[in-house]
Amino acid sequence: MTEILYGVFVGPFRDMAGSPAFLVEVLLGGVATGLMYSLVALGFVLIFKASGVFNFAQGVMVLFAALTLVGLMERGVPVAVALVMTMAVMVGLAFLIERVVLRPLVNQEAIILFMATIGLNFFLEGFGEMVWGANVKKLDVGIPDRSFIVAGVQINQLEMSAAATAAVLVAILAVFFQRTRIGRALRAVADDHEAALSIGIPLKTIWLIVWSVAGLVAIVAGIMWGAKSGVQFSLSLVALKALPVLILGGFTSVPGAIVGGLIVGVGEKLGEVYWGPLVGGAIENWFAYVIALVFLLFRPQGLFGERIIERV
Amino acid sequence: MTAEAAGPLLEVEGVSVRFGALLALSGVSLNVQRGEILAIIGPNGAGKTTLLNVISGFYHPYEGRILFEGRDRTRLSPPDVAELGVARTFQNVALFKGMSVLDNLMTGRLLKMGGHFLLDAIWWGPARRQELANRAFVERVIDFLEIQSIRKTPAGKLPYGLQKRVELGRALAAEPKLLLLDEPMAGMNVEEKEDMSRFILDVNGEFGTTIALIEHDMGVVMDISDRVAVLDYGRKIADGPPEHVRKDAAVLDAYLGAGHD
Amino acid sequence: MIYREAGQYWLQAVLIPFLIYSMAAIGLNLLTGYAGQLSLGTGGFMAVGGYAAFKLTTAFPWLNIVVVFALAGVIAALVGLVFGVPSLRIKGFYLAVATLAAQFFLIWLFNKVAWFTNYASSGTITAPPRTVAGVMVTGPLATAGARYVAALGLVMLGALVAKNLVRGRIGRSWMAIRDRDIAAEIIGVRPLRTKLLAFGISSFYCGVAGAEYVFLYLGSAETLAFDIGLSFLVLFMVIIGGLGSILGSFLGAAFIVLVPIFLTNVPHMLHLPLPVALQKQIELMVFGGLIIFFLIVEPHGLARLWQIAKEKLRLWPFPH
Repeated sequence: MTEILYGVFVGPFRDMAGSPAFLVEVLLGGVATGLMYSLVALGFVLIFKASGVFNFAQGVMVLFAALTLVGLMERGVPVAVALVMTMAVMVGLAFLIERVVLRPLVNQEAIILFMATIGLNFFLEGFGEMVWGANVKKLDVGIPDRSFIVAGVQINQLEMSAAATAAVLVAILAVFFQRTRIGRALRAVADDHEAALSIGIPLKTIWLIVWSVAGLVAIVAGIMWGAKSGVQFSLSLVALKALPVLILGGFTSVPGAIVGGLIVGVGEKLGEVYWGPLVGGAIENWFAYVIALVFLLFRPQGLFGERIIERV
Repeated sequence: MTAEAAGPLLEVEGVSVRFGALLALSGVSLNVQRGEILAIIGPNGAGKTTLLNVISGFYHPYEGRILFEGRDRTRLSPPDVAELGVARTFQNVALFKGMSVLDNLMTGRLLKMGGHFLLDAIWWGPARRQELANRAFVERVIDFLEIQSIRKTPAGKLPYGLQKRVELGRALAAEPKLLLLDEPMAGMNVEEKEDMSRFILDVNGEFGTTIALIEHDMGVVMDISDRVAVLDYGRKIADGPPEHVRKDAAVLDAYLGAGHD
Repeated sequence: MIYREAGQYWLQAVLIPFLIYSMAAIGLNLLTGYAGQLSLGTGGFMAVGGYAAFKLTTAFPWLNIVVVFALAGVIAALVGLVFGVPSLRIKGFYLAVATLAAQFFLIWLFNKVAWFTNYASSGTITAPPRTVAGVMVTGPLATAGARYVAALGLVMLGALVAKNLVRGRIGRSWMAIRDRDIAAEIIGVRPLRTKLLAFGISSFYCGVAGAEYVFLYLGSAETLAFDIGLSFLVLFMVIIGGLGSILGSFLGAAFIVLVPIFLTNVPHMLHLPLPVALQKQIELMVFGGLIIFFLIVEPHGLARLWQIAKEKLRLWPFPH
């Protein structure tokens, strides 16, 4: 018994204090993974805020974007051109989704739209793999996967570049939402559809824009993840972790998605490294979900979510 | 009759409701007497629906009390309020769209039905008997409202006027002591309004059901109500028999005046 | 002889999984189609049923296997409630996330804790031989026919009970919450209690289906058999078969079982065999596309189409 208590409450902290450089490495790794979660969650929040659609397919959009990019590059298209083409594909995809899936389902129950995005999820997965092949692919966009040591801490250049990219993207999106006319309209539409219409932007345009932006965010997430661990199906599964991230951060909050992603990323790395061995490891798969579940009990609206007020 | 039973069915005492900075109701007091039809009127945004929502337990006042049959019921949830014998309809019709008219009405009787769910799983025996007994009552409501022909139609497929009628039926199926109607005639043509007025008067007359309703059509209000209460900007500005309220200067000023521009 | 083998193939590869999937689909349909709540953890709760049945029948070998299945369902229902309580208090998609948590956590648990497999070095659980009324229905010696009859009996019973629940007061309270929760509350439906009942009963069905999955179909299984893919497969059955329809649960299960067989056999007959990977991808696209199609065009799915066809046939050759 005392052994278990020691293992849970003392041992891990002794280990942390014993090797601070290693702790920093773990933390950095967690931040890098967490930013990826943030990116997926961000795409999710964008769509949820503007259209109230709980887009289960966000993870597959990441996979689809990465598959498209790799597929084009494998066929000899230069990186820059492939990137532009992938962006065009994602915008085209947003257009099709709005036309084929969302428009016929407008005013339907939220759960119906949610299930429709599950259908979309599997359609895209099958389609992407049929077009680009199902085998694991290496994505090389020119960032070397090298590590160097600063003050005794091993730092991976790829992870740091990814983190920096994510940070820049998040900043751009924040500016977009706060400072531009469309961005403000998008925020307005989340609160009140009519208010957005009075700004003069039709709802379908707004949907097209958010799905496109979510698609572009998916490209960035896809590149970073693909560069790190190869482009493969598991990408879409890992991206499901955006869901617990959203519970932590609140479904409608951009900063919430970012902070939530970081908490989940760092939390599960710490958990895995320091507490995982106690229970046989591999807890990364569910740790985030269980944290989110515990969170639900105490703060259901998330860290930054708006309080849920119902109108009758 | 005991003293308690003789008192008002519902007493609202100095109730205030606040949404953020907005004071939706401020110090509203109102009684509903047994057996009467009370109309609550007032311009848009006066707090009428908020008042119904407070009574049915969706919002809780930050100030004031609500008494039902003389007992404090201020902090109850909607299902608790339903158990006391309060039923209501909604301004924008809140039917169960995927269910048939019959099932909507049977759902209205849920509180009259009980038993363990395992009995329902077996069905034969108590569950079936209970279903049949309640079905018999619902058929009476269906006859009363003259909706026999649409019994099996999904509620969502009905025209608006009929949906309002079915929603009334769902509330009646619960055999409520107090029936709250939120604009039962909104969006109806003259003929439908006449039908609905007749149903409301019959419910009150035949079953002795106490009714509080919100309505905009002043003609209807004057015709069917025993008493009228007027709200404006979250306050009650008048309360009395229709003919008195009609002549009340404050009402003419605030309500009818505001209604004209 | 050949006919007999063909019969065995149909029982083992088509009919038995069809019946078991139907059981799981009925369970999920009660929750999603009737009560309007989404679960993505069907596979996890089926795993609870499978492992619970294994532990029970190895610990108490004298216990009738049908009782074991029922108890496995009860255990799955209890586990379901643990995940349902925090998430069903709030409106929205929280149950979907909570059940996803259940899916990943439960599979991890059964994988890591050797107690669940009775410390088998292979990490698999194997159905021991058990009889019902003197006939062997599980274990290596049970014939496909016996297992089929057992699965058929169970799913018939399950469908009957489900039908009884949904046609009365319980079903109406579920549908009321699904269609208009605010109106339901004012009628006296208590949302948390009602949704928990739906989730508990749904998990019970999934648990029984999971026990059948191991004992009547696979014979032995590891956690991989219950991964998240299974959760989605059952969800597809419910949507394609028809939300809010017991019959639809059967039709959806049949459809999902038959599509891969169709994709394997038909191109073969046409001498255009599909590569396995391509077949899998087409399957995903067909399922995904059909889900969107049915949600848009006919949310009552195959069950509604079946109904329409039946009415048309009854009147045929007259138009009305």
